[in-house]
Amino acid sequence: MPEITYLEGIRQALFEEMERDENVFCLGEDIGAYGGAFKVTEGLLSKFGEERVIDTPVSEAAIVGAAAGAAHMGMRPVCEMQFIDFISCGYDMLTNYVATARYRAMLPCPMVVRGPSGGYVRGGPFHSQNPEAAFLHTPGLKIVYPATVSDAKGLLKSAIRDDDCVLFFEHKYLYRRIKEELAEGDHLVPIGKARIAREGADVSVISYAATLWKVLEAAEQCEKEDGLSVEVVDLRTLLPLDDDAIVATVKKTNRVLVVHEDTRTGGIAGEITARINELAFEWLDAPVLRITAADVPLPYAPSLEDYVLPQTADIVRGIRRLAAY
Amino acid sequence: MATRAPTGSRAGKAPAGQLRAEPGPGAALTREQKLDLYYYMRLTRSLEERLVNLYRQTKVVGGLFRSLGQEADAVGSAYALDRSKGDVLSPLIRNLGSMLVQGATPLEILRQYMAKGDSPTRGRELNIHFGSPERGFIGQISHLGDMVPVMAGVTLSFKIRKQDRVGLVYVGDGATSTGSFHEGINLAAVQRCPLVVIVENNGYAYSTPISRQTAAAELKDKASGYGIPGERVDGNDVIAVYEATRRAVDRARRGEGVSLVELVTYRRKGHAEHDNQSYVPEGEIERWESENDPLTRYVGWLTGIEGIAASALEQIDARVVQEIDLATDEAERSPVPESDDALIGIYADPPTLEPLWFREGVRSAVEKHERPASWGTHDPETVKATEDA
Ligand SMILES: Cc1ncc(C[n+]2csc(CCOP(=O)(O)OP(=O)(O)O)c2C)c(N)n1
Ligand SMILES: [Mg+2]
Repeated sequence: MPEITYLEGIRQALFEEMERDENVFCLGEDIGAYGGAFKVTEGLLSKFGEERVIDTPVSEAAIVGAAAGAAHMGMRPVCEMQFIDFISCGYDMLTNYVATARYRAMLPCPMVVRGPSGGYVRGGPFHSQNPEAAFLHTPGLKIVYPATVSDAKGLLKSAIRDDDCVLFFEHKYLYRRIKEELAEGDHLVPIGKARIAREGADVSVISYAATLWKVLEAAEQCEKEDGLSVEVVDLRTLLPLDDDAIVATVKKTNRVLVVHEDTRTGGIAGEITARINELAFEWLDAPVLRITAADVPLPYAPSLEDYVLPQTADIVRGIRRLAAY
Repeated sequence: MATRAPTGSRAGKAPAGQLRAEPGPGAALTREQKLDLYYYMRLTRSLEERLVNLYRQTKVVGGLFRSLGQEADAVGSAYALDRSKGDVLSPLIRNLGSMLVQGATPLEILRQYMAKGDSPTRGRELNIHFGSPERGFIGQISHLGDMVPVMAGVTLSFKIRKQDRVGLVYVGDGATSTGSFHEGINLAAVQRCPLVVIVENNGYAYSTPISRQTAAAELKDKASGYGIPGERVDGNDVIAVYEATRRAVDRARRGEGVSLVELVTYRRKGHAEHDNQSYVPEGEIERWESENDPLTRYVGWLTGIEGIAASALEQIDARVVQEIDLATDEAERSPVPESDDALIGIYADPPTLEPLWFREGVRSAVEKHERPASWGTHDPETVKATEDA
């Protein structure tokens, strides 16, 4: 098998699932003839036709709501948000209607909402968002945010087959920057399971999506320069969180740094810290620390964006601080 | 002035001649005003051409959005507002011309695109996403349709305070499909806000043609559902745009509420510079360019029907080039933002955020606010306080 990019992994997942199950269809803005703003859905229209690759009006609430209705009827819609920042326009549908459907009305909503997310791309405040925290607080939704090609493909396939609504965030910085060779066959990655991205014994760093790569870089640097053995956990699924994996790494290293690109207050690192506190407090040798974006809308200018978002040097600093604690 | 528009897309079927108000187009405008319209259209086009150069030199940090072929729509509509009365508009991504009419300067635009520290948003927002309420324009956000409810509120305030002011909001054909558009225009209509809603029908929303955006025959038809007047005009005829918008502005000023004006135009460039327009039927762009360029048409009308000397227009062209050259030099010299400026102005109070702990040494937020007194070092004071409690 040839190496493919993160973006191609996503596209392959869509192709394979649409081929496998005729109930799977895609809807979104400019996804057909144009192939999507990032060309993720390129080629889908010619292969599957206009009834299964639907160009919609600029109407995120309708995209999400219509997907829910079709899902009730047994279809498996995959919605594209042109940028994930526009998922806010479908927020009511997702949190009030979709997330509660199974619980309040025994109505299954097997659907996926996916889209390009994240910063480090000079996209400014409305083309760089990481909206996971806005949905983390909504029981009934699942949230996935892959960092690797293998996970992008395997998790999307699992998301499409999942019987509930999965929000599938794709990091646009990773789209064409990372490559991987995947084994032949039906490549599935389970939802709800974290992954050890690097084994270590001294300090654990928990992260996901684009910052995972910065964490790996920092771990490398700390090993070389400080002789530290850093374990890196890639969450992959943010809701439901993999408590077992989190606790296991705490027990192993007793020192935990949580790193995410989203802003700090109310971010997922806070939830992880609380769980560690509840489940593994006695195993800690140091307070859980967070490296996150500052609590500001993400600015456009490179000097500002670089300042607001977590950088490798920050993570190195966090690891050293914990190791020295 | 020719009003013939190319056919081939629905946007192309402009209603030729529909707006020939007696006693003749542009009769209410002085010669200076007519030249003013030309100046703003030319400035818009030339400034965007300069931005393309800067973009190719990678001096524009993010994407670049053009309004090529839509200058008459932006300039003519904004020109119908009365700046002396404090009228306010909210532009969209193709409304550079409208902002220039309201007093935005080429220097501001260039600094903004180049993400400079002295740009109107201090490098926080991109392209023409900025406002200046004092000069009568409120900056947009990316989320389409959102400015309609906002402008409903702006004009509601005019009504409540009995001010003689009018508001104008732009939406594209694509943005008319959003919930915000619907809710905003409906609220404004019910409240009889002094608001003009300009629907710029340029044939496409990104790659999506109008036929996939709406099943309505014409976007102006949406007006009747809200119980407001709707008018559809040739958006590449700057005088027709001005006059139709002016009628709507006058209605709003008389207390007659909201109007919708559909301007039929054409987006000759891609959604942004990176878009290769592969989805556009062959020949469509060329046809609009050769048969229906708003500047060419206006120049023809000014020099033909109005008898204005070509040299008068050439003088304006020279002035435009000079202004843009000066602004470019100055914008290039502008500094990039200081990185910790990012922490200023989230709230009025507190005005500045503390840097996160990993960005500052000892004086970090974590040491000052988050770290328990006993953290790391055993602090007898805290232990005592805890034991006492
Ligand atoms: C709510 C929302 N959804 C999606 C987008 C992404 N988007 C940006 S511009 C655009 C098309 C806009 O078309 P139109 O309203 O016709 O304006 P035009 O670009 O033609 O001037 C889309 C879909 C957005 N900005 N906002
Ligand atoms: Mg449009």
